[in-house]
Amino acid sequence: MLLPVPPATSFTPVFSLFGGALIGLGAATLWIGNGRVAGVSGVLGGLIEPKERDWKLAFVAGMLLTGLIARVLGIDPSFQLSGPRLLLVPAGLLVGLGAALAGGCGSGHGICGLSRLSPRSIAATATFMGVAFVAVFITRVIGGMF
Amino acid sequence: MRVLIALIAGALFSAGLLISGMGDPAKLLNFLSVGPRWDPSVAVVMSAGAAVMALGFLTARSLRKPLFTDAFAVLPRHGINLRLVGGAAMFGLGWGLMGLCPGPAVADLVLHPGPVGLFIVPMIIGIWGYRLFNKSKSAAAARVGVSV
Repeated sequence: MLLPVPPATSFTPVFSLFGGALIGLGAATLWIGNGRVAGVSGVLGGLIEPKERDWKLAFVAGMLLTGLIARVLGIDPSFQLSGPRLLLVPAGLLVGLGAALAGGCGSGHGICGLSRLSPRSIAATATFMGVAFVAVFITRVIGGMF
Repeated sequence: MRVLIALIAGALFSAGLLISGMGDPAKLLNFLSVGPRWDPSVAVVMSAGAAVMALGFLTARSLRKPLFTDAFAVLPRHGINLRLVGGAAMFGLGWGLMGLCPGPAVADLVLHPGPVGLFIVPMIIGIWGYRLFNKSKSAAAARVGVSV
């Protein structure tokens, strides 16, 4: 096993349903209000260009604001890393470059794209899910979990 | 108004990520490792999110334009190519490595700036690097009169 097995987490259907619905509501708000897709990698990428930078900054600020409110209220959602912290650097680079090449990430392709049955997004989501399953299988499952 | 809408949308989006547990890399990794300890939460989150967003897309169909801007963005549906699949594969590899991806990383940043910063800075460098590379490529092509 190359990387440690992550700490066990339990299936949380109610929080998942409610949280997932809120994610959808946020994305729907942006689409119905502004006609724009809530794709986080696309919004972050767009910050480098002046075009429509105002709403993109506001979207990111809104995302950070929630974290800030949680922090002020003392709410500390679970956050458990497993593996050496330095691995976060290549992981981030791969995720960023990959999302830019693919034109979207878990939010743009995974939620917004799937919800309108876009063939591009279905292909992207199936690919990144498949590769992620294989990556985890090789690095953390073999020899560890069974 | 459109700035306020984006702020609210971002706040809701991020609240959904944190409430659903998507901010926890262990939850993502436990979804990605099928076995006796498999945690299917991610599938429920994505399905619920996509279902509500589908209602949003359907509602928007009856509108001529968005409430606060002039037009809906035109979204590509087709064009499955090596760039899309290769990019998605790179993304999957990075995601599977540590269990973090762009949405949860932004949602987590204020709560865990240290480790999330280690991830989000190279992530943004990757996204911007690709954009700048593309821009300089099309600028160079424009100089020699080739369209890309």
